[in-house]
Amino acid sequence: MPRQHVVLRNREIPDLDKLEVYRAHGGYRQWQRAVTEMQPGEVIDLVKAAGLRGRGGAGFPTGLKWSFVPGAPGEKYVVVNNDESEPGTFKDHEITLRNPHQFMEGAMIAAYAIGAQTVYVYCRGEFWQEMTHLRRCVEDLRAAGLVGERLFGTDYSCEVRVSPGAGAYICGEETALLNSLEGELGQPRLKPPFPAVAGLYAKPTVVNNTETLANVPLILEHGADWYRAIGTEKSPGTKVISVSGHVERPDNYEVPLGTPFREVLEMAGGVWQGRSMKALMPAGASAPLIPADVAMGMDCDWESVATTGSLLGSASFIVLDETTDMVEVAARTTRFFQHESCGKCSPCREGTWWLKKIYGRLTEGQGRPEDLAILSDVVGQIDGKCFCPLGEFALSAPRSSMALFEQDYRRAVGAPTAAGAAQATAVEAGV
Amino acid sequence: MTTGLLQRTFPTEVAAAIDNYPPGRQASAVLPLLYLAQAAYGRVTADAVVEVATLLEIDETRVRGIVGFYSLFKEEPHGRFVVHYCTDLPCMLRGAGELLPDVCRAFGAEPGQTSEDGLFSLEEAMCLAACDRAPMMQVNLEYFHDLSPERLDEIVADLRAKAAAGPAAPFGLGPPSEIVRPD
Repeated sequence: MPRQHVVLRNREIPDLDKLEVYRAHGGYRQWQRAVTEMQPGEVIDLVKAAGLRGRGGAGFPTGLKWSFVPGAPGEKYVVVNNDESEPGTFKDHEITLRNPHQFMEGAMIAAYAIGAQTVYVYCRGEFWQEMTHLRRCVEDLRAAGLVGERLFGTDYSCEVRVSPGAGAYICGEETALLNSLEGELGQPRLKPPFPAVAGLYAKPTVVNNTETLANVPLILEHGADWYRAIGTEKSPGTKVISVSGHVERPDNYEVPLGTPFREVLEMAGGVWQGRSMKALMPAGASAPLIPADVAMGMDCDWESVATTGSLLGSASFIVLDETTDMVEVAARTTRFFQHESCGKCSPCREGTWWLKKIYGRLTEGQGRPEDLAILSDVVGQIDGKCFCPLGEFALSAPRSSMALFEQDYRRAVGAPTAAGAAQATAVEAGV
Repeated sequence: MTTGLLQRTFPTEVAAAIDNYPPGRQASAVLPLLYLAQAAYGRVTADAVVEVATLLEIDETRVRGIVGFYSLFKEEPHGRFVVHYCTDLPCMLRGAGELLPDVCRAFGAEPGQTSEDGLFSLEEAMCLAACDRAPMMQVNLEYFHDLSPERLDEIVADLRAKAAAGPAAPFGLGPPSEIVRPD
């Protein structure tokens, strides 16, 4: 099957991060066309018709999100969520370095569509080199007259600005990101109001993920039907899947949504060292584990992954081979969420601390038989009680690993396992 | 009020950071200014907090809270090179745990500590979005991928040479070498 790159066109086109190369391949023509030939509403309708869904995790229809912004003129913003921090996710990193103009063009088109005059690209603080690169890209745009005042002889003006985070996973949550951008603690806001109504500086704002926006210029160029011909009916287009962990070739793989997981695993060279797979984490640290046999029958789109009881999320596939201790996996993810809890609500702040403490015991050979009951109890006290999704995400690995791989936990607490018991019986019987 | 060290060291950068946001929204520049303050003062000291708060006309307590909230602001003294070595799940699955003793040996520091010569502060980091090239780390926010014991020795030798060659490129102001498109 030929690879179809919509987002990672940098894989075929060298130096696509340079403005002249990007323009030589049609870059910013759709930007100019939108501003000079299309009504804002037409742009929104086209993105709606294409069925583009958010690539940051939630899969929310992008055109619909744009249409929630009130039409009345006034101060509005587009904010690019480039705070990529989910463990196992490195797609926006590649897009930002290798194909930055495509997502910026998408963001500028979004700005035109909702009537915003400023785009902020919020990058995680660790993307320092990437931000340096982006600022130079913006300077090039300004020199070329592609951003600035009265673009292409119209009354429309648009600026792109880069703004840094400083090391906080929670700022990937859109309202926490907006608080961070306003110089507040990066803690989530109560919704409603949604950002479309009251976002950055309480002005109507659209927050979109980097990969989502990178799809937009090609949707304008080739049309909604072209886009809908890729992927599935409910999940059109491609998805960049970050494959990491126990595979031969960890990398980003852009595939049409609906591609069988088996094919993605083959692209990544299969499970490494000739081993077999034990489980898949499909959305970084945030989604429940999927056992190998179930994952092998699954397709890579929101609907198919949901039928496994897990989530596609940002499609960061962490592959776990047969030697993996699932208690270690849950302990690592728990450490992450405890570190990244913003402290706003007590179930998440205190609960992840307790989970980390118990997992510390389990992974240091200090596990006690009652720890499993305590873990379940703490999970129950966090579940459904948190202010934002981070607290719920923190439960995915503990809960699913306990349900699917009980033997790993029994080993960790020193309880006899079924296999061990059978062996002991055999020894007693003199076999 | 006398001009603070941040304002004296980076007058142009401070003005540009504030200009990056709409008039009256100067509080938005708190993170960019804290990076600059960290570079000017060597770390985010109490004086640095006061200067940032004064420049932005916001409360000192608010700035102090922000410093504590985000991982990349350092209040304690640290080495010239801050090493963020990833020990999050995807890197651990590809040998980051096994390599950690070599990392400590190469930099001469345990996680959370600074080497005796004051050059390297080693920290375990959460995911840095480069899991395809694990084990990996950032040194003063510059990426280093596909680490091995030999590669670590090369990197440390390069960093030592850089330290001997010129003045410090302060942590937080960008990588020591302005590599725009790393490999």
